[in-house]
Amino acid sequence: MKTEKISTDVLIIGGGTAGCYAALTISENSDKKVLICEKAHIKRSGCLAAGVNALNAYIVEGRKPQDYVDYAKKDADGIVREDLLLTMSEKLNEVTDRLEKLGLVILKDKNGKYVTRGNRNLKINGENIKPILADAVEKAKNVTVLNRVNIFDYSVKDNKINGAFGFGIESGIFYTIEAKAVIIATGGAAGLYKPNNPGFSRHKMWYPPFNTGAGYAMGIRAGAEMTTFEMRFIALRCKDTIAPTGTLAQGVGAKQINSLGEVYETKYGLTTSERVYGTVNENQEGRGPCYLRTEGITAEQDESLLKAYLNMAPSQTIKWIESGRNPSRQNVEIEGTEPYIVGGHTASGYWVDTDRATTIEGLFAGGDVAGGCPQKYVTGALAEGEIAGLSAVKYIDSKESFEKISDEDTNYHLRETEKYLTDRHSLYTTEQLEEAMQTVMDSYAGGIKTNYRFNEKQLDIADCKIRQLETLTDDLYAEDFQELMYICELKERLTVCKSVIAHLRARKETRWHSFAENLDYPEKDDRNFNKYVNSRLENGEIKIIIRDLVTGGEKYEHSN
Amino acid sequence: MSIVIDKSKCIGCKKCRNVCPGSLIKTDENGKAYIKYPKDCWGCTSCIKECPAYAISFFLGSDIGGMGSKVHTEKNGDILSWLIEKPHGEVIKIDINQKESNKY
Repeated sequence: MKTEKISTDVLIIGGGTAGCYAALTISENSDKKVLICEKAHIKRSGCLAAGVNALNAYIVEGRKPQDYVDYAKKDADGIVREDLLLTMSEKLNEVTDRLEKLGLVILKDKNGKYVTRGNRNLKINGENIKPILADAVEKAKNVTVLNRVNIFDYSVKDNKINGAFGFGIESGIFYTIEAKAVIIATGGAAGLYKPNNPGFSRHKMWYPPFNTGAGYAMGIRAGAEMTTFEMRFIALRCKDTIAPTGTLAQGVGAKQINSLGEVYETKYGLTTSERVYGTVNENQEGRGPCYLRTEGITAEQDESLLKAYLNMAPSQTIKWIESGRNPSRQNVEIEGTEPYIVGGHTASGYWVDTDRATTIEGLFAGGDVAGGCPQKYVTGALAEGEIAGLSAVKYIDSKESFEKISDEDTNYHLRETEKYLTDRHSLYTTEQLEEAMQTVMDSYAGGIKTNYRFNEKQLDIADCKIRQLETLTDDLYAEDFQELMYICELKERLTVCKSVIAHLRARKETRWHSFAENLDYPEKDDRNFNKYVNSRLENGEIKIIIRDLVTGGEKYEHSN
Repeated sequence: MSIVIDKSKCIGCKKCRNVCPGSLIKTDENGKAYIKYPKDCWGCTSCIKECPAYAISFFLGSDIGGMGSKVHTEKNGDILSWLIEKPHGEVIKIDINQKESNKY
């Protein structure tokens, strides 16, 4: 491989929602040089590629940031970081105004005020939200973007980050990137579990299939403390198209009903996990399939729904048109997705302080990769990008000198990368091992197959099999640099799987149905587990750390 | 869930290749675009909106209930038109004014 060394002030890994906003923030508030490394292209990469139908995190008139904290805390049954939620919530409206200035269309009334949907949501046209952000980044001073560069490992020495390593998936150039501070913004992890439709449409999933948990895996390997991987996220979606249900539930007031026409949502509760659990249970007890009741809505509502879905999940509109029946004439069947790990919806990710500093010096985290702060949605990811960006600048200004990346470190990573370019006649392909991993997680770690439930014996088997698969990755072969990226992604997912299994095993209770439903401990145990389950890799083993909740105005600071 | 690219319409501008969030689109020896990994498409339709030659269509896989319709978009000023062509040739067009917000 050709090699290249780049030096920058701040390296941002991942040019999605949080990463782009961190870059804008740094550009506007300092003269620091910023480099964004993005494995696709920032114009449409990350969660916002197809667009988004609403801004789901906004403090409407008459509400306070603390109300948002309380809402998120209730939805997660207490396992959140209130300090993180509050610092995020305080910025939600400011970043929304900024988005509008950048060109996002937000619905306003005749007095120029935003029209709200419920207590926290704004109506928008979000089809082009990502191109709008990307365009602003491309115009920002001191910001360079390297598209199609896959970062696969940090350079960390004595628990301090000095940069990262990556390669161009088209150019084949091996990059050593030295940075004074690094912001990780790679998003969460999809593809750990077997998806709803594992055949031709295997990638028709809720979360971007290209978000492979790179940031989590790099942090785990480098010994960063991580939190709440056991709070998996399972989305309740329109069947087959995996399109959002919130637009139907909140937009036209569609209730969840079973095949007998009974509204069942009230029977199980209305938190995110309870809505999924209720649907699973109704199916198990023979009252499936389940639907959102849209029959009887008006023709005007039909038309608005067809358009709204084209702006975020076009497949659902196509499905309606192909069937020849609009939602007013057929209820919309719903199902739960496979589990994901995603810190923007649940609380999984890096254990950070309110500056979004991780436990590795010089490494900051924002968006879906950062833990403790669920229900971020788009605006929360922007807010965290802003906080991480400002913190990185402050950190650099507070330091006098920075270490270089050693040649030894570069050579080691180059060697470890190049080995996959030599054909060792492996029996298996990357794709086969990925499928095997998803089958293991599906069967033994609470996938769709077991209605998201698991017990300790099953987790033991999952752990053993994932470790076996990991040994098989050594002999994989990449014909080109894109396939090399696929090998990296598989290894990332396997690393994240091990942590997910360890966390699921450590929380010996069932606090959230479906999200973490341990059949050996089917009840909630507030006495022992109204706490965070954290972990850190020590000498190759995942060490579980149980921490007390940060609550009621307390502010957590790293002390070690 | 995937796309098909009509090579006879492709003008080789590489915009689709550039924008794909999965880097799934490549160009052949004649500079024409093709999807190298059709099963890995997320269905985000980014490439379709980029294509100035309307050479790319999006369809639902039969495993998720697809019935053979093909979809592409055309843009005129603020109007983004979605054209859904059913297998027997009927085309349904939905216009969206990008300056107007979703109602829901």
